[in-house]
Amino acid sequence: MTKPVLDIVNLRTGFSDGTAAVRGISLQVARGETHCLVGESGCGKSVSALSVMNLLPRGARRSADVMRFQDHDLTRLSERDMARLRGDKMAMIFQEPMTSLNPAYTIGSQMAEVYERHRGASRAAALDRAAQLLSRVGITAPGLRLAQYPHQLSGGLRQRVMIAMALMCEPELLIADEPTTALDVTVQAQILRLLQALQAELGLALLLITHDLGIVARMAQRVSVMYAGEVVEHGSAAALFAAPTHPYTRGLLGCIPIPGKTPRDEPLGSIPGTVPRIGQGFAGCAFRDRCAHAAPACGGTIPDQAVTPAHTVRCTMALP
Amino acid sequence: MLGFLFRRAVLALLVCLTVLVVAFSLTRLSGDLAVSIGGPNATSEDIATIRKNYGLDRPLPVQFFDWAANAASGDLGRSYLYHAPVSGLIKERLPITLALGMSGLTIALLTAIPLGIVSAMREGSVLDRVIGLVALLGQAMPSFWLGLVLVIWFGLKLQWLPISGIDTWDGFILPGIVLAFSAIPALLRLTRAGMIEALSSDYIRTARAKGLSTASIVLKHALRNAAMPVVSVAAVQLGFMLGGSIVIETVFALHGIGYLAWESISKNDFPVVQAVVLLLAMIYTALTLVADMMNAVLDPRLRAG
Repeated sequence: MTKPVLDIVNLRTGFSDGTAAVRGISLQVARGETHCLVGESGCGKSVSALSVMNLLPRGARRSADVMRFQDHDLTRLSERDMARLRGDKMAMIFQEPMTSLNPAYTIGSQMAEVYERHRGASRAAALDRAAQLLSRVGITAPGLRLAQYPHQLSGGLRQRVMIAMALMCEPELLIADEPTTALDVTVQAQILRLLQALQAELGLALLLITHDLGIVARMAQRVSVMYAGEVVEHGSAAALFAAPTHPYTRGLLGCIPIPGKTPRDEPLGSIPGTVPRIGQGFAGCAFRDRCAHAAPACGGTIPDQAVTPAHTVRCTMALP
Repeated sequence: MLGFLFRRAVLALLVCLTVLVVAFSLTRLSGDLAVSIGGPNATSEDIATIRKNYGLDRPLPVQFFDWAANAASGDLGRSYLYHAPVSGLIKERLPITLALGMSGLTIALLTAIPLGIVSAMREGSVLDRVIGLVALLGQAMPSFWLGLVLVIWFGLKLQWLPISGIDTWDGFILPGIVLAFSAIPALLRLTRAGMIEALSSDYIRTARAKGLSTASIVLKHALRNAAMPVVSVAAVQLGFMLGGSIVIETVFALHGIGYLAWESISKNDFPVVQAVVLLLAMIYTALTLVADMMNAVLDPRLRAG
C-alpha cells in the first residue's frame, strides 16, 4: 500500500469534564479512497474528525502516537500552521447545511475568501474560481447564486455550496461529517453521487462519517466501525459486509431491512439496551452489557485480532 | 427593502403624533398655567387677562390643534421665561447636546465593543471577570459623583482638561466620559453575549475549517452577527444621552437641551416643555429608524421580511 494521505495511530481525545470521547483509534485514508467511519450518535466519530482538523471545542485535548497528514505531523503543528492547512490541503463539510454558512455574507464572499486566504488571489479571480466550482457541483446559474445569501438557498443547494467551498483549493483530504443526514432522501442520493464523481476526478482521500450502513455499502472501500470511542472492527467494505465479526457490527447490519430477504412479518433486528455514557472510559469491552456473547474475558484488555490481514476486530470471540 | 423602510417610517410618524398629544395633555394637567405665569402677586384680574392673552380660555382641543398646526409649520411659540421664540432657543442649544451625546456614544462604543469581544473570547477567565466587575461598578456609579471626581482629578489636580464649558473641543471629553459610563455596561454585556453565541455557532466552525485568520473569524464573521442588538441598544442609549443629560450638563455647565428642559419644567415655561418633549420624541423615533436601517444592512434576512 502506498503511503496514506492521513495516518492516525492511537488517537485519544478528552474533554475538560474528563469524558474520554475518543479512546485510542487508528485509521488510514489513502489517496482516491473512501474510508467510512460508522457508528451510533455519540460514539466519537465527529470528535475524531474534529481532532484531525484541530477544530475541537475549547478545553478539549487530543493526543496520538501518530497523526500524520501528507508530511505534516499534526500533533506538532501550531494552530497557526494548522489554519494554513485547513481549507487548503484538508477540508471538511458538516452535517448542518442550514447553519454552516454565515447568514450575513453572500455565497460568493464566503467562497472567495478561502481562495484569497490560501492562494493570495484577488477577489475577481476568487469569484471566477467559485463560479467554476459551483457549476462543477451541479449548481445552475452560478453567477446568480454567488450574489445570493444562504437563506435564499435550499438545504441541498447549501450542502452543494459547502462542498464547492471545500474544494476551492483542491484539497488532498476531504472529511465529510454526515453530509447528507439533514437532507431529503432524493437529495441525499444526488449529493453522494456528486461526492463519488468528485473523488474520482480529483483523487480525493475521503473520510466519510455516517451512521447509515446503506451509505457505507454504496461509498466505502474501507470501513471502521466505532463504538463508545473505540474502533471495534475495521476492514475492507467487501470483507466487512461479507463476514461481519464483531457482535456490534452484526447487530448494526441486522437492523437494516433488505427487500426480498428480510421476512415480512418478523420484527426487524435491534440491539438491546442503549449506548453507554462514555464518561472516563471503560475496562474491557464497552459493548459487553448489550452483547449476547458476553463472557468473563470481556472485562479484560482485548487486543485487535486479525480475521484476515486486512480485517481486524476487537472481540474476545475472535481470540485464538 | 423599500417596503420595510416605509412601514417603519409610518410607525415612527404615529409615535410622534402620540407623543404630541401626551406632551400637550401633561402640561395642561400640571396646574393652571395662567396662575403660574402670573406669579404669586398676580390679582385675579391679571390672571384673567393672561388667560385671555395667551389663549388659555379656549377649549383644549382648539388649543391643541392651534399649537399642532403652528408646530407643523415650524412655529413652536414663544418662551415666557426668555421672551424669545422657542425654535431659536432650541437651535441654539441642540448642537451642544448633540455634540455631547455623540462624544458620549463614541467613547462608549469604543470601550464597550473591544472589551465585550475580549470578554467573549476569554469567557470564564480572570480577565473576563475583571471586565464584568468594572462594568458593574460603572453601572453603580452615580453620574454626578463620577463627573465631580473626574473634574477634580483631570481638571483640577492634573489640569489636563477643561473643567467646564465648551470653548474648545476637549471640553466635551470629560462630560462625554461620564455619559459613556452609563451606557458602557449594557453595550458591553450585549457585545459579550452576542459574541459568545456567534463564536459557538456552526458558521464559525465552518470559518475555522476554512483556515481563516483569527481576526477574520472574530471581526468579520462573528462580530457582524453579534452587532445587531448592540446597534439597537446603542440607538436607544444615544436617545437617553440626548434627553437625559441634565445632570451632566449641570455639573459641567453646558447649556444644552437637557438644561433647557429642566429650567422650563421648573418655571412652568410650557411652550418650551412641549417643544422639547416633541423634539426628543422625534429624535428617539429617528434613532430607532436609523438602527432598523443599519440592522437591515447587517442582516440580509431582515431585508426580505
